[in-house]
Amino acid sequence: MTPVDFCGIELAHPIINASGTFDAIAARRAFGDELIDHFPFSAFVSKTVTLKPRQGNPPPRLWELPAGLMNSIGLPNKGLEGYLTHDLPELARLPVPLIVNVMGFSRDEVGALVSAFAAHDEVAALELNVSCPNVETGLVMGADPHEVARLMRAVRPLTGKPLIVKLTPNASDVPAVARAATEAGANALSLINTLRGMALDPATGHPWLGGTTGGVSGPAVRAIALAQVHSVCAAVEIPVIAMGGVQRGRDAREFLEAGASLVAVGTESFRDPAAGRRIAAEVGHLTTKAANPVQGGPAFRGQLPQVL
Amino acid sequence: MTTASADRVQAPFGARRARVTANESRGAYTVLRCTDPPGPRPQAGQFYMLSAAERWGGGEAERPFLPRAFSVLRAGGGPGRDELQFLIEDVGPGTKRLCELTDGAELSLVGPLGIGFARPRPGRRPVLVGGGVGIAPLAICADQLDEEPTILLGFRDAAHAPGATLLGGGARVRLATDDGSVGHHGLVTDLLEAECDRDPRIEVYACGPPPMLEAIRGLCAERDVPAQLALESGMACGFGACFGCVVPTTDGYIRICVDGPVVDASRLQSVLTPGGGH
Repeated sequence: MTPVDFCGIELAHPIINASGTFDAIAARRAFGDELIDHFPFSAFVSKTVTLKPRQGNPPPRLWELPAGLMNSIGLPNKGLEGYLTHDLPELARLPVPLIVNVMGFSRDEVGALVSAFAAHDEVAALELNVSCPNVETGLVMGADPHEVARLMRAVRPLTGKPLIVKLTPNASDVPAVARAATEAGANALSLINTLRGMALDPATGHPWLGGTTGGVSGPAVRAIALAQVHSVCAAVEIPVIAMGGVQRGRDAREFLEAGASLVAVGTESFRDPAAGRRIAAEVGHLTTKAANPVQGGPAFRGQLPQVL
Repeated sequence: MTTASADRVQAPFGARRARVTANESRGAYTVLRCTDPPGPRPQAGQFYMLSAAERWGGGEAERPFLPRAFSVLRAGGGPGRDELQFLIEDVGPGTKRLCELTDGAELSLVGPLGIGFARPRPGRRPVLVGGGVGIAPLAICADQLDEEPTILLGFRDAAHAPGATLLGGGARVRLATDDGSVGHHGLVTDLLEAECDRDPRIEVYACGPPPMLEAIRGLCAERDVPAQLALESGMACGFGACFGCVVPTTDGYIRICVDGPVVDASRLQSVLTPGGGH
């Protein structure tokens, strides 16, 4: 398989995991060294780290959908100190580069997280989860171009590591947010995060999920993701990590053809923990046998969508 | 049974195919047998994520989409000593599809997963308490225990009570049904209470619906009887990735799939988690 250069990081293939959909430490307990010997992703993206520890949302946290899943997990994590002490040493031993996903409830919090990881050589890049409200302005950082630009300007000087902004699909103009992040110094963008959804308990008529609403993922969102990836790739020139319902090599290849540099697998890993490895092999096979392989620029990056 | 040196039998990485060799009815339940040559022998209380290899998600816009978690009922039988048995009750689209599988069909499975039952503490004799489809891990538990356990089982009615035959029947098994059609008319916890009165030097191994486990947790806490509870939850992944199957403990939420499913009752605040048992 052809290696991929992503922001100066060499990766063995274009398939990585979506943040929060694979816990390599727990998977090591379940599968042992076989996980390390056959690691499914070319880079590992850790679950979101916040400054303070979080318990996560009360259960129930899951709801199965036709062709998908809705979750309301609430970003449980050990907090920055717990992550640095317990998780980082273990994740640094994985056979692939480590990308740490961080989220703060203010620019200062994000800055503190970025600064803390800037000092760690074992972290190859940082991904900023901007799908949360800024407690100072009440605006979801990733839904507003100005909020994202202010955040990026605040944290950009704090590290030389690649900064990836994870875009939320729950925004009125995603390409505008993408442009704002890029102009303020983002090295790459990743999308889509989950789409907001809701389910009612059939027995009571009240919201099923402990967090009331949840995030929809899985093949149910793939067409939406493809359209958003396509429009973002047309709007910016920095690398894009695409995700949303990827189940097979041909799904991943569609995202690459739309202009993405890497493709992340999320919900499909729940159905098969080794799905990433299979999808990477399928992409390699498709690229080898294709008459018009994806190389030297995607097939239709830059073509603007027409009015529906 | 788990030992101090290894807390679980680890699973081969990734989903694999397993051929169904039999589909047998036991009252309202289905016992699905399959052969799993590459898999290790599971410990009692461990579980597998199961789906049908065909017509299960895979891009078609219909449920079931995610695999379902099932405790292993029995392992190591069959001609190749590589058989796995699962106990399934048709209650939704996933279990319905699994119950349709017959000889020659294929399962997709990941496992064995999670932490199983531990040996009883010194000086205590094992009492197995099961309710409904939750009797499954108690069968393999009885197989793996060094001493003959006392077995107390509760079912809704006579249609479900034939499940008890999976644990051998005979004098060691006592039954309760909600409608009194078989055995004691009442709850299986009534039988456990009587057992505690007779001899409190016991250790409880239990699996069943959350209200039953919660009653057992309360009873055992009151009488200072240790209890190992096999918990159930809807799970998306089964290996700690999705963080969906949490239960509150004295030390915060734990994931049932990687920190359970067998959990010591003394660690739990309550088994009655909203959405639990779904």
